[in-house]
This record gives sequence, structure tokens and C-alpha cells, in this order.
Amino acid sequence: MILSQLPALQVTLPLIAAPLCLLVRSGRAAWGIALFASAASFAVAVLLLSRVLDQGTLSYEFGGWAAPWGIEYRVDIVNVFVLFVVTAITTVVLFFANDSVRKEVDASRQSLFYTVWLLCLTGLVGIVMTGDAFNLFVFLEISSLSSYVLIAFGKDRRALTASYQYLVMGTIGATFVLIGVGLLYMMTGTLNMADLADRLPAVMATRTVRAALAFLVVGISLKLALFPLHLWLPNAYAFAPSAVTAFLAATATKVAFYVLLRFLFTVFGVTFAFEAMPLGIILAVLGAAAILSTSVVAIFQDDIKRMLAYSSVAQIGYMVLGLSMASVAGLTASILHLFNHALMKGGLFLALGCMAYRLGSVRLGALAGAGYRMPWTMGAFLVGGLSLIGIPLTAGFLSKWYLVQAALGQGWWPVLVVVIVGSLLAVVYVWRVVEMAYLRRPNDSDASAVREAPLSLLLPTWFLIGANLYFGIHTRLSVGIAGKAAAVLMGQSQ
Amino acid sequence: MRDNPVLRVVTKIIVPVIFLFALYVQFHGDYGPGGGFQAGVIFAAGLILYGLIFGTESIRCLISTRFLRALIAAGLLLFASVGFLPLLMGRNYLDYDALGQNPLSGQHLGIFLVELGVGITVAAVMVTIFVAFAGRRDS
Amino acid sequence: MNVFGLYNYWIVIFLMMTGFYVVISSGNLVKKIVGLSLFQASVFILYISLGKITGGTVPILREGITLYSNPLPHVLILTAIVVGVSTTALGLALVVRIKEAYDTVEEDEIHQQDESL
Repeated sequence: MILSQLPALQVTLPLIAAPLCLLVRSGRAAWGIALFASAASFAVAVLLLSRVLDQGTLSYEFGGWAAPWGIEYRVDIVNVFVLFVVTAITTVVLFFANDSVRKEVDASRQSLFYTVWLLCLTGLVGIVMTGDAFNLFVFLEISSLSSYVLIAFGKDRRALTASYQYLVMGTIGATFVLIGVGLLYMMTGTLNMADLADRLPAVMATRTVRAALAFLVVGISLKLALFPLHLWLPNAYAFAPSAVTAFLAATATKVAFYVLLRFLFTVFGVTFAFEAMPLGIILAVLGAAAILSTSVVAIFQDDIKRMLAYSSVAQIGYMVLGLSMASVAGLTASILHLFNHALMKGGLFLALGCMAYRLGSVRLGALAGAGYRMPWTMGAFLVGGLSLIGIPLTAGFLSKWYLVQAALGQGWWPVLVVVIVGSLLAVVYVWRVVEMAYLRRPNDSDASAVREAPLSLLLPTWFLIGANLYFGIHTRLSVGIAGKAAAVLMGQSQ
Repeated sequence: MRDNPVLRVVTKIIVPVIFLFALYVQFHGDYGPGGGFQAGVIFAAGLILYGLIFGTESIRCLISTRFLRALIAAGLLLFASVGFLPLLMGRNYLDYDALGQNPLSGQHLGIFLVELGVGITVAAVMVTIFVAFAGRRDS
Repeated sequence: MNVFGLYNYWIVIFLMMTGFYVVISSGNLVKKIVGLSLFQASVFILYISLGKITGGTVPILREGITLYSNPLPHVLILTAIVVGVSTTALGLALVVRIKEAYDTVEEDEIHQQDESL
């Protein structure tokens, strides 16, 4: 009986745990509740994954109302993969967050912090699971509002302006999504995504539907931080608490990418989105521009969190580049990179969190000689950096390999050049950190005070970094699921 | 504004009427415009009016901040729990049909409880926002 | 349907662009939030106006009435209004904190204070 109710449990477990966190006063108890809810969500996600691999697409009707009148949750292989990533990341980062948050957030506000974290998790999980377009908007706003609050918890006062800027841009993006959904509703009379996919072909040629596509793509791109709508991301990631940066970097943009996939391939369909409208070439150009320009900007950053934030925008460019090819191979590469990037960036930001915990700062200068004083932390950063560059045996290499193969299969030679140049630029900015950590002498004044990060912070970091290496070597699971997901997306569309 | 006799007297007369109107809007959401969110805001508006005239400390005397926080959590928990009850009877989440003897009474009861939860949370949130903003002193 | 019959859409576009312009051009943080509110309000009008059915009454069940306006946009917009209120409240809370931290709510002055770090 529980198994058939899993989709509802997936969303309601963090939703119910959030007010429970609000009721307790101690930060420790709130962390316990948050960890329990995240672990339970992860368990539900794993169960859902196994069910979907057995039975195919699952459908769940809320309130017993049949789709398309009621709100339906459709779980297919694409959803459940992203769900797996989101719930796994939140559980691992929450293990990290115990000590990290205790250092970075006031004791009186820690229970509020975890309440908002759980609400953000609810929103993200809801976005991934839902099969109703307006329900997607509601959960999008829940997760966005919670992430504005999470970012504002940062100690530096610039966290407030970063959160404000993200709020303004994020609300404009979400309102564009709302307009797009409204225009679609106007033309078809339904909000259920599967039903929209059935009814849209009849009205595809109208200006309203084209406008709806444009509004939706722009709105989602604001959330996705696709170049040039990425201006909120560097500030937001740089000034948020370390655990929040790791959580958001590994989940929020991935979920936005999933929304883009869902709307372009399931609702609108490949023929409309990529052939009738020139979305393929637009997304390809923007993706390539993202990779090249933000990698260059990342090289000149002094604050390592900002550098990794710009690098995140570049990685999103890789994903969008794969999407723009509108082929099974391209989509496989994108979805694979979604998974790998979550592991890479999650691990890298956790390693930075370890550094912030011990060194108090993540400026490049503060890292002098850190390779010897904090060997495990810098080791994690080094492996994560290699994965970013795309060295063989790491997960990052795998996604770039598949991306290049997909591009060459379509005859898109410039993509190969862009990927190579992007990787070379990544070498430059990773080398800057590695050089400072391993090849410089530490300042004698604070050399003695710095020790290795505590085990409670190192274990989650190395778990994610180790997963990078594991999934770079044992590729069958991640590539297999990504391939199935891509096939489903292309098969579902007209 | 406490010193102005007109404001003081009118507020004391009007605030109970506002509360009564909020309860009316809450429970007549089935038959007219209304429902949880609207009623919660009207209820909070009554409390905020009181706070504007007599000072924010007067609201704190009436309802402590801790109790407001508990109310926020309680409203949301009420909503989510009402959704869980049908799960125990083998139906889907938020399937109100299972809550009563027949689908009609079940839907009635379900919507009633759910809107009550929403109203409680919204009223508590609005008052908390007001107290949080107004309670800050310029340093 | 001629151009003037679509007057509700003209109003929506006018409000939307006004709100958007205020957000982009204004340097005052509070004014930006006002613009955002205006922008969202235009979307609400878009939804509600497209729910109106010619000859339909208010979507509340009454005896003897057969043609109602579409109730679904009303329900959607109730949710969207709550979202808008939350966003405004959150934005203003951030502005209050920013004022306490920077002593100003003008974007230029905040930039200046940050650049000088």
C-alpha cells in the first residue's frame, strides 16, 4: 500500500518535517529532523527509481481526481533520475551542514535555517515530480523563495544584496513562466502536461503558442542561469553559507534544466521547438558563449567560491549545448552531465566549506601552503578540479566525451573546439588554486593554527568526490539511465 | 496614536467586527468569495490595526511571538495531516471523499479543515511579519 | 474581434511593461519591489480576463443560473497572489536588513560601499 503512495510521500515528508523544525528551539534537534526527512526522501527516491525501472512510468492522482482535471504526478525515468540526484545531494550535504552551519549561522536562527532548507527541498522535489504545469510554477516559487532566504543567511552583508538581486531576477523569471503557462492554457484549456502535449499540435502554428514557448524558455533560463541571464549566480553562491552553496549549486540549476527538458521535449515536442522555431541554434550559441566567456572570467577571480560559481555557469553551458542538438546522443550527454556536475560541484563546494571552516576565508591568498596543512581537503579539491577539466577516469571526462561524440555524430565540428577550449580554460583556473595550495609557502604567522578539517566535514566531501571517481570508472549505471531517459524524452515528443 | 481619542474609541469598536467578518469569510468560502487566505489576512489586519494604534507591545501582550510561531507550524501541520488521513484508508493523498460517510460530506469536512489550517497559518504569518518589521528600532 | 475589443490585453501589456521598466530603471530598492508587484499584477489580470465567458456570471453555484465564468483561472490566481505577497514581504524584509547594514536603500550607494572593499 505504501508503495503505491510513494509519489505523495516524496513531497509530503519534507513538507511535514519543515513545521516540525519550526517548533523545536534547538539547532541540533532541527538538524536531526532535517537529516531524517532528507534520508527518508532519499529512501523514497530509491524505491521510486526501482519501481520505474521495473514498471515504466508511474502516475499518481492527488485527491483521487482523475487527470487531466486533477493534479497528476507522473514519474518516469527522467524525473526519477533527477529526484535521485536531488535527494542524495541534500542528505550528503546535511551531514556536512551540522558543524558548518553551527559555525556560520547564529544559534538562535538555526532551527529557522533548517525549516527553510526543508521547504526548499519540498519545492525542488515537487518541481521534479509534478505533471501539472501550474503546480510546477507553485513549487518553483516555493523553492525559489526558500533559496532567497537560505542565501540571505550568509554572514557577509553582501549576502543580503546578493539575495535581493536573485529575488528580483528570479521573480521575473517565475512570472515569465506563469505567463507562458497562462498562454498555453488559453490556447488548449488544460494544464496537465501530458494533455498539453496531446492538444498543442492542433494550435501549434498560432502566435500565442510561439509567444508561450518564448516566455517559458526565457523564464526557465533565468532560473537555469543560462548566459546572459546568469548575473545573479556568482554573487548568490559566493556569499551564501557554505552548506547552502553546495546544496543549491548541485540541485537548483539541475532542476531548472529538467524543467527545460520537460517543456521542450514532452510538452512542445522536438518538431515544434527545434524545427519550426530556431531554438536549437539559439541554445547552442548561448551554451557555447556561456562556456567560453564565463570560464575566462573565472580565471580572474580572487574569491574561489566566485570562481567555482562562474565555472558552474560554464558547466550549465555544456548541458544546454547537449540539449540544443535535440538528438538522443546529445540528450544522453546533457543528462549525464547533470548527474556528474552535481557530484563535481557538490564535492568542490563542500571542500571549500572545509577550507572556510578552518581558514575562515576562501580567498586565493588564504590558501597558501594549504596543500600541506590540510592534505585531505586539498586532495578532494584537486580530484574535483581534475573532474572539472575532464581528465579520463573522472566523471567529468565521461560527460565531455559523450558530448563530443554526439556533436561529431551530427557534424557539429565547432562544438569539439568549444569543449577543448573550455577544458583548457578550466585547467588554468584549477591550476591557480593548486599552485597556491601546493607550491607556495604558508604565511608563518598563522601556519601553526590551521589543522585538517574535522572528520564530519571531510567524510561527506570525500563521499561526493569519491563518487566522481567511481562513476568515472563504472560508467554503466549512470550512462545507462541517462541513455534511457534521453530515449524516453525523444520518444515522447512528436 | 494612542493619545488620539477618536482613533482609540473607533478601533476598540471596529476590531471585534473585523474578527467576526474574518470568521464569516473563513467559513463561507464554499458559498461566496472567501476561504482561508482571505480570512487569515482580514484577521491579521484586525490585529495589526490594534497594534498600529496601541503599539506593537500590545500585540505581544495579546499573543506571544513563540505562540505565533507555533500557530504557523500548527496550521501547516493541520493541512498536511488532513491530507494524510485518506492514506490510512487506502485512498490517495488529499482524497476528501474518504473523510465522511458519503463523498459530499467528506469533501465538505475536508475543505473545512484544510481552509482552517490555511487561515491559521496565514493570520499568524501576517502578524509575525508586522511585529518583526515594526519591532525593529533604528539603531 | 477588432483591436479595441482586445482592450484587456492592451491593459495587461501596459501594466507589464510599466512594472518591468520600474524594476529595471529604478535605483531605489523599494521602488524595484513596487515595480515587481505591478508586473505580477498584470499577469493576474491576464489570467482572470481570459476566464471571462460572454454572458457568464460569477463562478459561484446559484439556483437557476446555467452559464458561469471559468472558475479555474480564479483559483490559479489566488495561489499566484499569495506567491506575490510572499515575494513582496520577503523583498521588503531584505530591504530592511540592507538598510540596517548599509544605511541606504539606493543601489548606487550600495555598489559604492561594496566596491570600496
